[in-house]
Amino acid sequence: MALLDVEDLSVTFARRGQRTVHAVDGVSFSVDAGEVVGLVGESGCGKSVTSLAIMGLLPKQPGLRVGGKAVFDGTDLLQLDDRSRRDIRGRDVAMIFQDPLSSLNPVIPIGLQVTEVLTRHRGMKGAAAEKEAAELLDRVGIPDPKRRLKEYPHQLSGGMRQRALIAMAVACQPRLLIADEPTTALDVTIQAQILELLKELVRDSGTALVMITHDLGVVAGMCDTVNVLYGGRVVETARRRPLFREPRHPYTVGLLASVPRLDAGRGERLNPIPGSVRDLLPWADGCAFAPRCARRVDECVGEPPALVLAHDGRSYRCVNPAPLPGTLPPPAAAGAAPAAEAPAGTAKAAEATAGPVPAPREEEKP
Amino acid sequence: MTITGGKKKEKIDRLSELAAREDERGVSLWKEAFRRLRRNPAAIVGAVILSLFLLVALLGPFFVPHPPDAQLWKGEIRLGDFPGFRSENWFGVDHIGRDEFSRMIVGARQTLLVGVVSTLIGLAVGSLIGGVAGAAAGLGGRWGRAVDNVLMRFVDMLLAMPSLLLAISIAALLGAGLTTVMIAVGVVSVPVFARLLRGSMISQANSDYVLAAVSLGVKKPKIALTHVVPNSLAPVIVQATLTLATAIIEAAALSFLGLGNNDASIPEWGVMLADAQQYLDSAPRLAILPALAIIVTALGFTLLGEAMREALDPKLRK
Amino acid sequence: MTESEFLVEVRDLKVHFPIRRGVIFDRTVGHVKAVDGVDLSIPRGKTYGLVGESGCGKSTLGRALLQLNPPTGGEVRFDGVELTTLPAGKLRSMRRRMQMIFQDPMSSLDPRQNVESILTEGLQAHGIGGDRDERRRIIGETLDAVGLPRWALSRYPHEFSGGQRQRIGIARALVLGPELIVADEPVSALDVSIQAQVVNLLDELQDSLGLTYLVIAHDLAVVRHISDIVGVMYLGALVEEAPSDRLYTEPIHPYTRALMSAVPVPDPDVEDRRERILLAGDLPSPANPPTGCRFHTRCPWAQPTRCADERPALRQIGGSRVACHFAERIASGELRPHKVGVQLTRPLGEGEEPHTVSAPTEPGSYV
Repeated sequence: MALLDVEDLSVTFARRGQRTVHAVDGVSFSVDAGEVVGLVGESGCGKSVTSLAIMGLLPKQPGLRVGGKAVFDGTDLLQLDDRSRRDIRGRDVAMIFQDPLSSLNPVIPIGLQVTEVLTRHRGMKGAAAEKEAAELLDRVGIPDPKRRLKEYPHQLSGGMRQRALIAMAVACQPRLLIADEPTTALDVTIQAQILELLKELVRDSGTALVMITHDLGVVAGMCDTVNVLYGGRVVETARRRPLFREPRHPYTVGLLASVPRLDAGRGERLNPIPGSVRDLLPWADGCAFAPRCARRVDECVGEPPALVLAHDGRSYRCVNPAPLPGTLPPPAAAGAAPAAEAPAGTAKAAEATAGPVPAPREEEKP
Repeated sequence: MTITGGKKKEKIDRLSELAAREDERGVSLWKEAFRRLRRNPAAIVGAVILSLFLLVALLGPFFVPHPPDAQLWKGEIRLGDFPGFRSENWFGVDHIGRDEFSRMIVGARQTLLVGVVSTLIGLAVGSLIGGVAGAAAGLGGRWGRAVDNVLMRFVDMLLAMPSLLLAISIAALLGAGLTTVMIAVGVVSVPVFARLLRGSMISQANSDYVLAAVSLGVKKPKIALTHVVPNSLAPVIVQATLTLATAIIEAAALSFLGLGNNDASIPEWGVMLADAQQYLDSAPRLAILPALAIIVTALGFTLLGEAMREALDPKLRK
Repeated sequence: MTESEFLVEVRDLKVHFPIRRGVIFDRTVGHVKAVDGVDLSIPRGKTYGLVGESGCGKSTLGRALLQLNPPTGGEVRFDGVELTTLPAGKLRSMRRRMQMIFQDPMSSLDPRQNVESILTEGLQAHGIGGDRDERRRIIGETLDAVGLPRWALSRYPHEFSGGQRQRIGIARALVLGPELIVADEPVSALDVSIQAQVVNLLDELQDSLGLTYLVIAHDLAVVRHISDIVGVMYLGALVEEAPSDRLYTEPIHPYTRALMSAVPVPDPDVEDRRERILLAGDLPSPANPPTGCRFHTRCPWAQPTRCADERPALRQIGGSRVACHFAERIASGELRPHKVGVQLTRPLGEGEEPHTVSAPTEPGSYV
């Protein structure tokens, strides 16, 4: 029994006089205790809306419909009334947002915002709450925590704000943490600090983490299981290594091939996915990715592709998946082997020996 | 199989060229805003009210049943008792025996005149000050900043002056009359336009596309005219519509206080309201009708103005 | 001098922004030293990549190079012509030869101009293409080059997707036939799958038109992919400059090493194996940069001598230029990294003066 089981979650926004928008269109995934699960996709793929729907944080507006199930520890989060949802939120399930400045109240000191969580969910008061708050700030690596408690969000740098936000999220030792692009607004060196902090928290406390990101590099370093989203649906689910080693869904393949890599050489062309994320086919009419897909066949249109279950918890939603290693050169292999001018035969051989795994950086010296 | 396959293929191809479909022409931002405006019910209501108002103000005086200043029913007036709604006088008769309906119709023209002229005064003077200040601030340098600072402090001074006090002082200079009301109401809206235009010009001057034009080598005056000013105008136009509403109310208030039109032969809603206050007990309609007319007209401008603000807001653009 | 190897030469470039206070008479209370003494040269037909974190001054450097921000000091030589002292009129006609691509394709395109008008503006400003037909021909060719359809001409920016908008931005730069293009974060506002399209486009254009690029980005992977030479900036100055491959295989400066190790690589095997150099704390305020080596407050290799009081100059080491007193000893492994206490950095404009408060304890330090 997984800790969180999201089944066929759908979110639609219907506005008068406009087309109904299927922001999330049947997303299913599960999270085990202590596991780091990634939701990856580009803008508009529904990854953020998914997390907001699970947390019950979508702005209440006419025309909004949330369907499906999100079962957390036996209770369906989507069926809860506001009161019990608030009880669970912050105590059992907590969330970290992309922009730390707008998720902190600018006119209330950091300390008060942290103790508020402690008072609300753990019933701590006064000096005890303050002491705990200071310990929390200390734990997330904010220097001189006692003094920071009295400071306001604008007095802290972006990285420190995100740490404060994480402190609030982990204040009640939640069993599930949802992080929505937690490092996108931060610089690389600060991103590394925050990712390291999140990893530590997960390792030490056994909290499950849902990591929502567009950055495949972050996924490669953090997640145990990865769900790739496209057009509001999960198109591929796999454990981390298999996903990067042998992606099956053409979208995953395309995504991996289009990212410039630090360990790839200068001058080689990237293989972008043609078109833009706007060119969607509604899932009801077939595969949403079909208009941009390089492996498109006739069967792609007509009805939505079924989810294909493979061994080892892998699944993908495609009628013509990329073949297992061999035919399609993995994106990085060409870069790893500095054999651009070498005859094709030797390049192939190099690939075969190195396999789809790119050579480690030490072997890259020319 | 092959036939259906071919059809499917066609369908995919069509869909994959979804983004590449070719309309005749692009849709400019103004057109787009207009489309959004048309879909907004508040805008429709506002527009309907305003067209009725305009129609009445422009054409009404030619079709009034009775002359607005003739005391035709003077003989029927008893102390504290005027003839009310009846087929001859739809809105009844006022305290000195004139037809209320005709006076309301003719009064609409006065209201429109005051509203439009005072807003135009505010718009013209305000935009001039704001435009110069904005251009000076945009050019920068020691002198640019100084010009901008001096102009804006002047505007702050205007902003600090209460409209009523201003109107009374102007009335003391020019005497009471419509001109006084128009100038007073217009001057009050000067700082609003000045600050708005300056602020939006400065933010446009700092935008990336202005920088892009500079890096293309376009001359500064041309950049100001082709990029900065057109993009700064939208909020000013919205504000002008909203100012029309307040101008009408303020003009009525000044007339009510006796600073406005003192020519009894030309009816004006604010003056009618002032005259009616003595007869609130016996003939409340005399106060309620002009008040209602003022409110509904102001509401029409406000609805349309707010709808325009929404339609032109770049943040709501999809 | 006429056909020098370098198209652009920058010497000791400084851009300081005054911090002003006051109501009518403003007075200058300090300076933000966004760029503080940068030397670099860009060879013809090559790509120079400039990386660094936000606030390091890389964008300001790019704009100062094009004279969009007036430099406070130093020289910028473009094809042998000194730009900083060039009269306004001459500079304006010079702009034809050096163009810019912006980060946010939406905000850098005037929403009220259609594509044709966007592309014609530059042509008119420089009097290129005598009549309308001639201009249409040039614009058409440019559209083809960036992969936009002809019907785009009558459309407005809001009708395009992000990737297409960036193509419009590139077309606007290209239409004048420039030699140098400064691209400020050209792909960071785009979706991952679209980034690659634009990166490839830039590569192709360089091949076919022989363009020289200065690419400014925070994404080291993008910069490494596209650049021949990479310069790493920290707090307004270059800390290391090296050929792209060499910078990756042998980063010398401690900051470059940390930056390199912080960039996530989409490959679990690489991710698991690599060691991270985690820097403590945040970037100090550029209004009040640390004395000596700017990086010494966060440097895991900082030494008690020299680092805090002597600013290191760029020195030639191997094929790289590095600004570090102890570069050789760090490279040889003689010096080992140590713990660094976190220094709290205030966001700019806080309190009376921007300042750094150093914290007495180091509970959150890494490395």
